[in-house]
Amino acid sequence: MYGRGILKGLSVTWKRFWDTYLDDISWLLRGKKRYYSEEGIKHRASKDQRGIFTVQYPEERLILPEEARYLPFLVYDEKEDGSKEQRCTSCGICAKVCPPQCIWIVRSNDPQTGRPIPEPTEFFIDADICMNCGFCAEYCPFDAIIMDHDFEIASYSRNVYNMEKLLKPASYYQKIRPENYKRNEEERKAKEAAKAAKAAATAAQASGTEASPTS
Amino acid sequence: MTTPALTSTVDLAARFPGVVSPDARPGFSGFIVEKESLIEVATAIRDEMGFDLLTAVTGVDYLPENKMEVVYCAYKTIGGPGLIFKVQVPRVDPVEVPSLIHLWPGVDLQEREAWDLMGIKFTGHPDLRRILMWEGFEGHPLRKDWKEGFYEEDTKPFKSRWPDGQFYMAEDKNPFKDNLTFPQNFDPEKWIPEGDALLYGALARYTVKNESGLSTDRIVINMGPHHPSTHGVFRAVMTLDGETIVGLKPVLGYLHRNHDKIGERNTYLLNMPFTDRLDYFNSMTNNFGYAITVEKLMKIPVAERAEYIRIIVSEMTRIQNHLIFIGTLLNDLGAMYTPSLYAFEERELILDIFEAISGARMMCNYFRFGGVVRDIPDDVMQKIKGLVHERLPAKTDEMERFLSENEVLVSRMKGVKMIDAEDAIRYSITGPVLRAAGVPYDIRRADPYGIYDRFDFDVAVRHNGDLMDNYLIRIDEIRQSLRILAQAIKQIPDGPINSQKPVYQVRVPAGEAYGRIESPKGELAFYVVSNGKPNPWRYHVRPASFVNLTALEKISVGNKIADFVAVLAMFDIVMGECDR
Repeated sequence: MYGRGILKGLSVTWKRFWDTYLDDISWLLRGKKRYYSEEGIKHRASKDQRGIFTVQYPEERLILPEEARYLPFLVYDEKEDGSKEQRCTSCGICAKVCPPQCIWIVRSNDPQTGRPIPEPTEFFIDADICMNCGFCAEYCPFDAIIMDHDFEIASYSRNVYNMEKLLKPASYYQKIRPENYKRNEEERKAKEAAKAAKAAATAAQASGTEASPTS
Repeated sequence: MTTPALTSTVDLAARFPGVVSPDARPGFSGFIVEKESLIEVATAIRDEMGFDLLTAVTGVDYLPENKMEVVYCAYKTIGGPGLIFKVQVPRVDPVEVPSLIHLWPGVDLQEREAWDLMGIKFTGHPDLRRILMWEGFEGHPLRKDWKEGFYEEDTKPFKSRWPDGQFYMAEDKNPFKDNLTFPQNFDPEKWIPEGDALLYGALARYTVKNESGLSTDRIVINMGPHHPSTHGVFRAVMTLDGETIVGLKPVLGYLHRNHDKIGERNTYLLNMPFTDRLDYFNSMTNNFGYAITVEKLMKIPVAERAEYIRIIVSEMTRIQNHLIFIGTLLNDLGAMYTPSLYAFEERELILDIFEAISGARMMCNYFRFGGVVRDIPDDVMQKIKGLVHERLPAKTDEMERFLSENEVLVSRMKGVKMIDAEDAIRYSITGPVLRAAGVPYDIRRADPYGIYDRFDFDVAVRHNGDLMDNYLIRIDEIRQSLRILAQAIKQIPDGPINSQKPVYQVRVPAGEAYGRIESPKGELAFYVVSNGKPNPWRYHVRPASFVNLTALEKISVGNKIADFVAVLAMFDIVMGECDR
């Protein structure tokens, strides 16, 4: 019969239509919120979703996975006395590994000796050129540059970020990437512990060698 | 790791003593053929030795040795390793090499590209015009002595970025805002593109008499560059007799950004995110192709778990690509929005997984030399299992139910000829279009890369070569991909995800490598030449959509203009990959 295939196809569309309402009703009966709730959004982005799958941006937002990356930012640690300590040592690896070369770093020099000191004077990222690849964060040896989750950066002019705009506290990093932060902290602690152990060992050895001739 | 041998054991030098010699440079393979006997040797390669599929033609500019090289890669459609042969000519203009267009019509667009970008003149080519650059452009941008606008340094990283990186905008540095060079006496107001006149001249055959003695006019139509069914900025210049196409020329290059040159400026690792942007639907397979090519050069193994992860992500990529294909095909055929949105649902779920493992939905940048960048966490693995075992098979069946028997669709596609097997091979077509024409040629089986040789799957093939088969083969391929995925998920071992230390500067020994994969659109290959420095000397992409388009003229002539839209949709072109 001509038209059978079309009817069959239409039944698929029809099923979709009803599925949306059936889903709504079942959520209602269970007393749960399908819209404007984290659970509902998660459900709509899961394999069990049957009806409509749209999320009403900007009122509703998809939940970003931790690894999501947009633009990079610089991390500073907050000290107990309230001062900021930058993690960046201006080693320049991020600038070297940046595929579109959008990172510009001015290294600081000690005014007395003229030697470089581990802190950048200026740090620019041309956000319009950045291709969001995440290499800078991946290869940074100090976890000083991290990919942000904030993607709403539309503006009327070019987005050239300087240090003021780029610096964000470590607590923000912990908030958006808890797993990564935890891993980093553990690595840092392990490194520091190893360093301390090594220092203690050399100190012990030194005192040992000092002690041995006298005895 | 199973690395397919770069060249087969055919001894071309013994067959043609004196005119063919093996390429003896360390790290290189294949044969160097004398320019004068190229056609004779190529004929023997095709007819006697059975290398019927010429996949890639490209040039290399060896500026220090003052010579140009044209590289040809030929394969057998019955499978097995390929044969690379080269022609070397002195780097003195005009650089001339005989064209192979009469042996393999599929070299048409690739030879035009080599002429456009490298300035290699292919004698005997009937229509050697620029293809990617604009007509009237001066110079050949892939030559090593050519400098682009805002040229700063030959290779990245640029010295101005660190340690004294005072930011400036590139356009502020130049008083003229850009440093384009124009031909002498060039006046843009009065300039008529020479190529355009040639293009239209080749097509226009104004008034003709039909069989009944009636004089009819033929008209020339520009379809595109801004046409919703050309999938981006693609232009087809057509001569029409009524509704029938009697002549067609594709015009490309609107999205050209000289990807090859950017690649030669970058270091090896920096190219990885750039490959994402080639075929932006399938960034995972683009990464895969580039990664295996450089791994071949570096001669490093891939971590076992990473091999499985690679298969999982690239098969998921294939599924989502084919879903988009079905959606946009229906869009082109007039079924606006509903099928494409249904297709996008599953794609969303797959992209969610990519985002969770790589950080981005489309520009994944997930592969590294020797492995991948991040492991798949357990919760994401559960999601993948749910998709592969429950959601996607049901969805594929639903797509079939929804569309495959639809009478309007069937009458639109069934019996409308695409291309037959013989022509498809001659025109270097690869991928689903070749398999729908009845040639069971799939690189995953014919010349396995990665660990595809461990999986049990069938090469999808259909035999009619009409539009309907081209549509159905995509559904077959989704089913086969699901089979591979089910096996890969089951077998994936634990372990490290990269065999190398994470370093940002890799050491690549001198040599050449031609790495090819079966991307969802056909053969995606990278030809990389290294001279031992941190940057590749030559980086060439052989995109599937670009080469497949060579046959567009052959297929469309004789068809109706309404079918042209469907034919173009079947090639599943992406201009990001076509124009590079």
